[in-house]
This record gives sequence, C-alpha cells and structure tokens, in this order.
Amino acid sequence: MSVGCRWSCRWDVGGLSAGVATVVGMTRNDKTSGSAVSVRGLVKHYGETKALDGVDLEVREGTVMGVLGPNGAGKTTLVRILSTLLTPTAGHATVAGYDVVRQPRQLRRVIGLTGQYASVDEKLPGWENLYLIGRLLDLPRKEARARADELLERFSLTEAARRPAATYSGGMRRRLDLAASMIGRPAVLYLDEPTTGLDPRTRNEVWDEVKRLVGDGVTVLLTTQYMEEAEQLASELTVVDRGKVIASGGIEQLKARVGGRTLRIRPADPLRLRPLAEALDALGITGLASTTVDTERGAVLVPVLSDEQLTAVVGAVTAHGITLSSLTTELPSLDEVFLSLTGHRASAPQDAAPAETPEEVVAA
Amino acid sequence: MSAATATTATTAATATAAGDLRADGRIPLRAHVRHTSALVRRNLLWIRQDPESMFDAVLFPIVFTLLFVYVFGGSIGQSLGGGQEAYVQYIVPGLMAMMGMNMAQGVGTGFNQDFNTGVMDRFRSLPIGRGSVLFAKISVEMMRMLIATAILMVVGVLVGFDITDWPGLFAAVGLSAVFGSALMWVFLTLGVVMKNAQSVQAMGFLVLMPLQFGSSIFAPPQSMPGWLQNFTEYNPLSSLADAARGLMVGGPVAQDLWMTLAWSVGITAVMAPVAIHKFRTKT
Repeated sequence: MSVGCRWSCRWDVGGLSAGVATVVGMTRNDKTSGSAVSVRGLVKHYGETKALDGVDLEVREGTVMGVLGPNGAGKTTLVRILSTLLTPTAGHATVAGYDVVRQPRQLRRVIGLTGQYASVDEKLPGWENLYLIGRLLDLPRKEARARADELLERFSLTEAARRPAATYSGGMRRRLDLAASMIGRPAVLYLDEPTTGLDPRTRNEVWDEVKRLVGDGVTVLLTTQYMEEAEQLASELTVVDRGKVIASGGIEQLKARVGGRTLRIRPADPLRLRPLAEALDALGITGLASTTVDTERGAVLVPVLSDEQLTAVVGAVTAHGITLSSLTTELPSLDEVFLSLTGHRASAPQDAAPAETPEEVVAA
Repeated sequence: MSAATATTATTAATATAAGDLRADGRIPLRAHVRHTSALVRRNLLWIRQDPESMFDAVLFPIVFTLLFVYVFGGSIGQSLGGGQEAYVQYIVPGLMAMMGMNMAQGVGTGFNQDFNTGVMDRFRSLPIGRGSVLFAKISVEMMRMLIATAILMVVGVLVGFDITDWPGLFAAVGLSAVFGSALMWVFLTLGVVMKNAQSVQAMGFLVLMPLQFGSSIFAPPQSMPGWLQNFTEYNPLSSLADAARGLMVGGPVAQDLWMTLAWSVGITAVMAPVAIHKFRTKT
C-alpha cells in the first residue's frame, strides 16, 4: 500500500493536507509567485442548499486547472462567482490579484467566460457578435473590426462571418463563443463545460482550440464532467462533489491514485482469451480492480498503475506468443474516479441540499 | 512552465484591455455612451435580421384604428352624441395612450430573451455598466414606439382625425412614453422572473387586457355598470387616455395629467427597486 498511502496522505480529502498548506501559505504572501486564481474557503448558500461549502483552489499562471465533478457539484456556481455574476456567501477569491467582491469592475477586464450554454447572440452574425464585444471592451472601432476578423480567421469561421449565429452548428457556436471570450485578450479564461452536448468529433475540435490558447499562455479554469477532457486539457485537477473539494493535485498523481489506466487487450484468436487472462493474472498486478475478462467483446481488461506494469503486461503477452488484434488504454470514468476517491458514486444531479454532509469523504 | 512568459502575457492583456480603466475601475461617462450605442446597434441589427419583429409596431396602429373605427365606431359614436366621426376623435388619443404600454412590454420581453440565451451572462461579465443594456433596449423600443405613433397618426388622419393641437399631440406622446417607462419596470420584473418570452407576453396580456378594456380608452364609461365605472375611474389607463384626449382634441386636462404622472411616479417607486433587486440577484 505504499503507493496508496503516499497519495492519500498527500492529496487527502477535504482540500489540502498540512504539507501542501505550507506551500500555499507562502504563495499567499508572495504576490509575484504567479497565482492567477486564488480561492479560499468559498461558500455559497441558497437558503438551505449549499452550492459551495468551503472550496479552496489555486491556479498558477499559464496552467490549466480542471475542476471535475458531477452535475450539481457546484462547478458552475464557482465559475459564476469568479466571473462576478454571483456574490459568495463567505470566503475570498481573487483573480489576477483582483478581489471578486471588492474589485468586480477591474476583474471583468481580465477574464473571458465561455459558459455551459453558448452565450452568443444567435440573432447576430458571427462577425457582429465579436465586433459588439470588442466595442464593449473599449476597443476603438478600427481595432474592434480587425480583432473580429482575426479571431474569426483563427477559429475557422471566416466563411460563416455574415451568417446569423442561429444557423451555426453546435461546434461552430462553441468556437464563436470561445472567440468572443478571447476578444479582450483575457489573462484568465473560464471554460464551463465547454464540450457538454457535443459529438466526439466536434469535441476534438474544441479541445484543439483550447490547447492552442493554452499554448499562448492563457490561464484556464476548466470545469468538466469528463475525466477524458480533464486529461486532455488540464495539468492539475480539483475534484469537487456536493460543494466540497474531495481531492486535488497533479493530474498524473490523481490518475495514479484512482487506479491509472485500464488496458483493453484483444487477442486475434478469440480462443486464446482464457489463456491470455490466466497469463496476465499470473503477473500479479494489483491495481485498484483486478483483471477481468469481457467475453462479449473478446477482450481482457487489466488495470495498471504505472508504465512498468504496462510494459510487464506487454512482455507477458509476447512471452506467451499471443497475437493481438488491438490494445487500447482507457481512462477511468468520472464514476470510477469518484468511487475510488470517496467510496461512493458521483452524486446524482440534485437541486436539494445534501442534507447529510458527506462525512464518508473525510473518512475515506 | 515558464513564469516569465505567463507574466508577460498577463501584462500584455492588461495593457490592451485597460483602455479606459480608471484606478478604481469606475466607468467614465464617455465609455457608458459608447457601450450603450454599441448595444443599440445590436438591437437594430435584430430588426434587420428579423424584419417581422417590426410587424407589431406597424400593424398594431393600423389594425386597431380600422377595427375600432369601422366596427364599433358607429354605435359607440352615437353615445358620444355624434357618429363614427365623433368616435375617431375619441379613439385615436386612446390608442396613442396604449403606445407606451407596448414599448414597456417590448423591453420586458427583450430582456427575458437575453437572460434565456445566456447573452446576459456575457454582458454582465464584461466591464460595462449594467444600465447600458437597459438603456440600449429602451432607446430601440422608444424608436419603435415613435414609428408606431407616426403610423397611428397617419391612419388616424386618413380615417378623419383632426389634428387641432400639435403641441398637445407631442405632449400626449410624451405622456404615453412617461407612463410606459413606469410600466416598463413591471415588465422588466416579469422579464427577469419569467421562464420565457411567451410567458412574459401572456402575463402582460392578462394584466393589461382588463386594465385596457376596463378603462376609458375604447369607450366612454358612462354606459358601464356602476361597479365597473368605479373601477375605470381609478384605473390609471383612464387618466392617461383622458389626459391624451384633452391634450390632443381639447377639454379638461389638468386633473388627469396629474393623476397619470402620480401613477407613473408611484409605479416606478414601487417596481423599479423590485426590478433592480431581481436583476441583481438573478443567478
């Protein structure tokens, strides 16, 4: 259990453990250390409902922080507070050094927001949407025009520039929404579930755009329900559930903690499925789950925690002379992440308050 | 990750976006004007994109004038001691009084649409005054109201309305706009609270319909039953219609004028804080 202890000690529940807190204490005093977003004990109550129940979060400049959680975990509430659309019940948050409550006007100048539901004006053509935002951000007319052209070009929307956004496809609309968020060259960009409801191909398009933005040095706070999306885009991850942070850390570390990857191995000859499974079982790899056989699809599933284990698996396959038709790695789903981090499944979307505080989280 | 590049990016971003940024982040008046005019342009583009949205402004005065003058005009005119001609003089100022209400309804529905599409979130996360969105919408709806009023007057004259008092006519338009601006807060509240634009319209219809018909807008209340006469007497729309009538065709004005203004102030005093509160706390 050495691995498990290492990570559960370090990244344990309820936010940050003592070791990390020391580091955080230093960054708070040192303004130049490059924290783009800093959230301390953020609370938002709606009557009895605790949408946020004491959230701590730190996003370093130029990095992508993924906030992973199920529906109703408080992700959107967090983003709305950080964009000054909501005021917190308690706690503090600063973005690029500006306090969300005391300096909302300054703060709005340095952020870009792409909401869960594409917030472009559907009646306006793409170009007009961008020009409008440019003018609202105090760009001179000429510059606003140039910026609109430039961003349409960049997001491959030039051909659709004069068409009302209502005629755009889902992916085009998200791209336009992203472009609109980038008009003011924000220092911090919020992406609130940027690909929810998109088909896989379109999702990849959006991911590519986000990666390019990150390449330009934009700090991104990304909320998502998909482990895969977090893995694609984020370098660090905060897992939230019912308004609380249940884990945070580097994405590789968290992934290792939740059981890394699952290898899906298909022998070319379905008859060799059993022998393959036995050979792999004999390796004695102890991930979070054990090796299982998916007879329906003719594949063996092996959870691995490290590259060494993956190599060992491949070695065993070769040693037994088994020809493979495919070998793929799969990421744990959000459900599995939650199961392994908290011991309970991701809570279902709920409007009611969690009546009982998730004490099992603390126990985990 | 090089901290140096990230810092440079941030500095560049702040420098570009901070054109008019004051130290305390307050927005200068010039910027307010610029934001509002950018948003007016947006609302005008809506009309260009969707010309049907002007239909109500164009058709309402035509349909209502023709309908009331030719269908009811003869009989109601008799009770006025004339005929259809007498009724034209009666109904045109009444319809004029309704223009402001249509404007108020337009602002409420437009706001509701912005909230539902998520556009309002974007505006609210931008460094602009929150009033800019409202002022832009009011400006465009005012413009729509003026167009509708002009059409009403043209149709009115065609069916025999005598414009005897031009200053009075403009005063009536102004009064209708003042009262409409007060009602606007009611519709803004509806626009923020209601789930969709149709509900705002339906709700507005439900509230306005009995108020409009239980008033002196369309017919003189003398022939109504006693309880209804009492209602029309205190109905602000009666005061508004009678004031408009007095201003446009002559007759006593003062009391109705003051009543209308008092109602406008009262409705604004009660509903503006409600609307602003709902707007601020809208999640």
